[in-house]
Amino acid sequence: MIIRSRKPSDIPSSEITPESAYINRRKFLGASAGIGAAAFLGVDPVRADTAFPGGHSAPQDDEPNTLEEITSYNNFYEFGTGKEDPSKRAHALVTSPWTVKVDGLCNNPADYQLEDFIKPSTIEDRTYRLRCVEAWSMVVPWRGFPLADIISRAEPLGSATHVAFETLWDPEQMPERMWRPRIDWPYREGLRLDEAMHPLAFLVTGLYGKDLPNQNGAPLRLAVPWKYGFKSIKSIVRITFTDEEPPTTWATQTPREYGFYSNVNPDVKHPRWSQAREKRIDGSKLFGYRWLDTQFLNGYADEVGHLYEGMDLKKYF
Amino acid sequence: MSRARRSRTEANPRRQILLLKTAIWAIGVTPVVWLAVAFFQRDLGVNPVEKIIHIQGRWTLVFLLAAMAVTPIRRLTGWNRIIQVRRLVGLFAFFHACVHFLAYAGMEQLFALQYIVADVVDRRYITAGFAGLVLMIPLAVTSTRGWIRRLGKRWQKLHRLAYVAAGLGVLHYFWKVKGDTFWPLLAAVTLAGLFAVRLVYRRKSRRR
Repeated sequence: MIIRSRKPSDIPSSEITPESAYINRRKFLGASAGIGAAAFLGVDPVRADTAFPGGHSAPQDDEPNTLEEITSYNNFYEFGTGKEDPSKRAHALVTSPWTVKVDGLCNNPADYQLEDFIKPSTIEDRTYRLRCVEAWSMVVPWRGFPLADIISRAEPLGSATHVAFETLWDPEQMPERMWRPRIDWPYREGLRLDEAMHPLAFLVTGLYGKDLPNQNGAPLRLAVPWKYGFKSIKSIVRITFTDEEPPTTWATQTPREYGFYSNVNPDVKHPRWSQAREKRIDGSKLFGYRWLDTQFLNGYADEVGHLYEGMDLKKYF
Repeated sequence: MSRARRSRTEANPRRQILLLKTAIWAIGVTPVVWLAVAFFQRDLGVNPVEKIIHIQGRWTLVFLLAAMAVTPIRRLTGWNRIIQVRRLVGLFAFFHACVHFLAYAGMEQLFALQYIVADVVDRRYITAGFAGLVLMIPLAVTSTRGWIRRLGKRWQKLHRLAYVAAGLGVLHYFWKVKGDTFWPLLAAVTLAGLFAVRLVYRRKSRRR
């Protein structure tokens, strides 16, 4: 479930969670619980149906991570394989002007300027859990709009079954040499069309009520909260409608370890990491995190479980 | 040549070894002290435990490769006394491996045996790393003068296991990284190179 959903006209999350919350976390925990409830009441009633069908599952485990945590520890391999590399190197990325190409099996293919691409949508704030395949997790207050908005505007043809996404690949701005890591750039991801149309699938333009920092995938990224983090592709330059499952970077690189679906699933073991538990990044702890049991579909099973009815998720991992 | 000068050349090799040993101690102890201080100052970033494990893993490999380099250096340069520092370098490799493992088992897994066992069984990179660590235990134990005397020729044979342990360490690293295999491959090539030097000299000495 969405943990919180809010229109930008409501209290911006930058006010709810001060960037210094890390220092003052205890105080902040108490304060934000009340504001969270207010945000719940303030949510658009139309959206509230899809936003909170199952209620909160474990609110005490789902306090948002600090801006510092979210922006200084993540993967963006175009800027290096270390968790701190993106925050050190992504400043070189030029995010304006930015063009998003929409093509493939749809009635309205076009090259959009980012502003025109976003303009027709209502921007809202949503706090999602993010579970990395590497067994760490965070809670992130994103800002953006439903992916379904764009898909409806593009009008996919009846033959379209999947949506493919591509990240910018520009070695001039992305300092990693072509052979390190040896990945077939650009980074590619994809969703089945019904997954992409699901109201939880979210295109992100901001974080903590502000513009998205470069290292987190500016100016436009995906947030698919029931799948492992690498499905939530960053710095998107292309969205393509296809009639077959598109090749995706990690599933192509290491098919033994990564599948197309990559749904969060504690029952499907990964050769490198146990997926039964996760380290929730938490700066108030001495070791920097606390262990949580990983939930099926990252806790969003009530909302998205029906997408996978009748599928063997151990086979289609 | 004056007597004073001759005595200095006599004393130099011993001083060289002492200097080298001092340097090894400094390099060996510094990373752990630095990590401990940085940890308590909360200076290790968002995931301090991961950082400790990574840094200690890297130092383990550095010391393992350095220990493996002692004999090749001796053969190539003819500096026989360098053999005197090998035990110290090897023990520091073991020390860093222990800190690496304890950070993983204690700080990451909080000594929860069921998860540690599951990791060793299920995840091949952990299987390899753990096997390497276990192999280093008998080597560390038998590194004393008493054990060297007691084991005689068998000591040499036993301590060839160091190559297996180093190989497992490199494999552990190679299997752990995803995408960028540059550093594990460099470690593998270095280890293979050191082994090759040893083989070449062994063949030479056999021919004689």
